[in-house]
Amino acid sequence: MWQSMILNSLEQGLVFGIMALGVYITFKVLNFADLTVDGSFPLGAAMAASLIVSGHSPFLATLAAFIAGGAAGCLTGILNTKAKISDLLSGILTMTSLYSINLRIMGQPNIPLLNQPTVFSLTRDFLIRFFPGFSDKYLYLFSFVILALLTKILLDTFLKTQLGFALRATGDNPQMIRAQGVNIEFAKIFGVALSNAFVGLSGALVAQYQGFADVGLGIGTVVSGLASVIIGEALLGEKPLFITTLGVLLGSFVYRFSISLVLSFRLAQASDLKLLTAIVVIIALTAPQIKKTIKISS
Amino acid sequence: MVILEDLKKTFNPGTPNENNVFKGLSLKINEGDFITVIGGNGAGKSTLLNLIAGVFPVDSGRIILDDNDITHLPEHKRAAFIGRVFQDPMLGTSPSMTIEENLSLAYSRAKNISLRWGLNLYKQKLFKQHLSKIPLGLESRLKTKVKLLSGGQRQALTLVMATMKKPRLLLLDEHTAALDPKTAIMVNNLTEDIVYKNKITTIMVTHNLEHAIKMGNRLIMMHQGQIVMDIKGEEKSTMTIPRLLNKFEQTQGEKFANDRVMLA
Repeated sequence: MWQSMILNSLEQGLVFGIMALGVYITFKVLNFADLTVDGSFPLGAAMAASLIVSGHSPFLATLAAFIAGGAAGCLTGILNTKAKISDLLSGILTMTSLYSINLRIMGQPNIPLLNQPTVFSLTRDFLIRFFPGFSDKYLYLFSFVILALLTKILLDTFLKTQLGFALRATGDNPQMIRAQGVNIEFAKIFGVALSNAFVGLSGALVAQYQGFADVGLGIGTVVSGLASVIIGEALLGEKPLFITTLGVLLGSFVYRFSISLVLSFRLAQASDLKLLTAIVVIIALTAPQIKKTIKISS
Repeated sequence: MVILEDLKKTFNPGTPNENNVFKGLSLKINEGDFITVIGGNGAGKSTLLNLIAGVFPVDSGRIILDDNDITHLPEHKRAAFIGRVFQDPMLGTSPSMTIEENLSLAYSRAKNISLRWGLNLYKQKLFKQHLSKIPLGLESRLKTKVKLLSGGQRQALTLVMATMKKPRLLLLDEHTAALDPKTAIMVNNLTEDIVYKNKITTIMVTHNLEHAIKMGNRLIMMHQGQIVMDIKGEEKSTMTIPRLLNKFEQTQGEKFANDRVMLA
């Protein structure tokens, strides 16, 4: 039981970890509270599922989900910088519109992907040709490790470029970066778009992994992503960037593992999970302040 | 050369908080001028710098820099030729980034930033060189996060960042006001050193009359949005605080009194 639980949590931790890396970009790097995620995650799933069902290549479908997520992020960024709507509200507006858009894309609230080709089934076919003994058991783990690490390395690399520096400084000190000649509107739009592209990718992969896309898939995504980021931070502390992003993936695994622990010991029902997640995030966010208060009073 | 032509600026027009800061301000700044600006609260010193830097738009008038009309250029585009250091040491740098990362941002200031590496060996060597010119030992701490630096170290770093690529105009907005006296002197010496060595046209707002008299080649006193004194040349170099206060009383018919102005 333990073995399959850990395997499952690893798989989920990695595939949702890609989404958490997206959340890390907005919440931590850009300091932009972006709720688009709850809409761009199912957008990725919807995009991928409907393209696959209509006979397109799963790889193309996954790429389309990545781009669609980026477009959703762009919209939020534009609402915030050009229309001067607050970051929270911009995200909520995009997320709400995406609910209708996702239904339009799918044409129905749920698309099953049973017996459809997915990036994973194609990868398996490919691998079996070369390694006839390849065990199906580790197919997802294998794929997710590669995809999550690729995303992480892509993000690490990006954050070390000139544009990446500009993005980090935009979140850190917008006045300074304006004085350094960076168009912070562009930096914000780009950052939110990249974040949601990751989220869309994650949504597409989750749909193919779980075997369906559902319009309700996105509820609570941003909070679970935030929980992963915070757990990773708590576990590893303040470290260089490439360790921090590794921490996000680790946090995502710990988060998924805790959930399966809670469920398998029947400490809570599946329907309680969102509440528990929210409580975890609340505790994590208030802990530093409580610590401070205790220090001052003692 | 910078020309300010009949600048007008009113904040919150049409409200009870209406504040008519400039009713038509003109100023010609010559190439290589190092101007110190003094004046009481609400005289418009900081507003002047912010208008030049493009933090907010002017209501009317023109700002001309080297024959280019920059009146309507957005702030981040003006950064290509204007370097700035703020009063608050927190404002000039990105605290969670390292010294070399901050310098890299200044290095690519107003260039088209791209997906090229933010840092490379060439830049790191260059940054070390720039930092070794200031006596703070920062050249051996390139990988230190800026939030771990003291206020004085940050202001020195911001100054290096603002001048690494020679700006056409350097704006210093009370950049030593938040520092202790000893550190303020260090930063002021560094300022003079950099400004004179590179012949940078500079406007420095200060509330310290002694600094205003000692530094620069030209002293401007502002009062209620107007330039009431413009002292240069020999008059500037022989100026003393009592004479300055005296002159103000004569021209304005009131005492120059202000809790924020340091007389010594």
